[in-house]
Amino acid sequence: MNPWEQLCQGLVEGGFLRLACDIAPRLLRGTVTTFQLTILAIGLGLAGGILLALGRVYGNKPIYWLSTAYVQFVRGTPVLVQLFLIYYGLPVFEIRLDSLTAAIIGLGLNSAAYQAEYFRGAIQSISRGQMLAARAIGMTNLQAIRYVILPQALRIVIPPWSNELIYTLKYSSVAFIIGAPELMATGQIIASRNFRYFEVFLIVAFIYLVCVLVISKLLDMAEQKLKIPGLEMR
Amino acid sequence: MLSKIILRVEDLHKRYGNEEVLRGVSFTVRQGEALAIIGPSGTGKSTLLRCINRLTEPDGGRIWLEDQEITNATTDMNKIRQQIGFVFQDFNLFTHLTALDNVRLGLLKVKKLSKKEATERAMHELARVGLAEKADAYPAQLSGGQQQRVSIARALAMDPKVMLFDEPTSALDPELIGEVLQVMQELAEEGMTMVVVTHEMGFARSVCDEVIFMEKGVIVEQGPPEQIFTNPRQPRTQQFLGKISELYGRTGS
Repeated sequence: MNPWEQLCQGLVEGGFLRLACDIAPRLLRGTVTTFQLTILAIGLGLAGGILLALGRVYGNKPIYWLSTAYVQFVRGTPVLVQLFLIYYGLPVFEIRLDSLTAAIIGLGLNSAAYQAEYFRGAIQSISRGQMLAARAIGMTNLQAIRYVILPQALRIVIPPWSNELIYTLKYSSVAFIIGAPELMATGQIIASRNFRYFEVFLIVAFIYLVCVLVISKLLDMAEQKLKIPGLEMR
Repeated sequence: MLSKIILRVEDLHKRYGNEEVLRGVSFTVRQGEALAIIGPSGTGKSTLLRCINRLTEPDGGRIWLEDQEITNATTDMNKIRQQIGFVFQDFNLFTHLTALDNVRLGLLKVKKLSKKEATERAMHELARVGLAEKADAYPAQLSGGQQQRVSIARALAMDPKVMLFDEPTSALDPELIGEVLQVMQELAEEGMTMVVVTHEMGFARSVCDEVIFMEKGVIVEQGPPEQIFTNPRQPRTQQFLGKISELYGRTGS
């Protein structure tokens, strides 16, 4: 019997399907937590990313400097180090967060730095004339940004931003290290008890894959819907 | 009897680095007057227009819109800019909005009109430039000439006291220039006060009341079109117009 046949036999006779059915409810709960973690982190990153990008494009010297320093720090250090700083480091200042909250904040602050760069690129790709035209009819800087620049930048940013969402979903698995009960941690707990690492993580991998495919599809649909007529070729 | 002065520019200066683009420009525009500014490229004509609504900050000199001093540091430029319509060479329509929304945006967000009022006013302005049936089209679905007419409607909707045109036909294919000049001519005939930076000598001659010839940041010659085009006093004006007519045939219609 070659290794492939061995594996197949093991999967079938070893009761792969039964295992899958047994652990499905727990993995599903982990998946729900993974989604919560991802959505809250990406939301925090979205708000922070837009502010940071605006700071880097339109901010005065101190604001530009602060937002740039933030982006450089976050992008220049490992996400795991950032998570440890928040979860194990903050209690020094009497700030104690449960592991899920710490993971949401950590991944959110991390994602903000990356999203800031996507938004900055999008904002800077909009022709300067758009801002001039908005100011010329008497809009304030903020009105011009809100009604003219951001609506265009947010459309341009969808394709790179899709990547960020997918990365965040996958990187949320590092939260298992600080004990957040998401999909990866759930798989780890199950496998460490039944020692069936291969089968358990095959299922975990499959769940991540399905989630990523669904999200990609949804974002594709959003991009189609938000396209500006006449600019389809862009 | 002379009508009242709408725009007064006094000794305007602007430099970029070591290059002085405007070197003391002064002129006035009266109500209902159409003023053409002509001259070679790179002589500060566009900079001059942008200094008037302070999209570019002038370095020296003073500007008044009626009795409000624009160049005063305490002036609320967002208020002033509503009263100065600006038409750009490359249209600068908001690409994510339909023609109607392009015209309506300022009415809704700057003038704070109700949606109904804003829509009525915007449709009226689109009809004025002959594009009511294109209200739902996006800029990328319009020709250059149509885009420029929408941008004129967008400026008109704010009810400006004066309209500034920065080479409004220079980015257009030749066959589309006519429709834009037509709209501008109608505006002039309706008594809109206008300052037009242009290379369209025919338009300057037949539609405008006054022509300024500018070169290297100063006004070389100013006068009614008849004087500038048929009997220019300055040798530089003669030279410039001579070159133009070599290129395009007789200047003016």
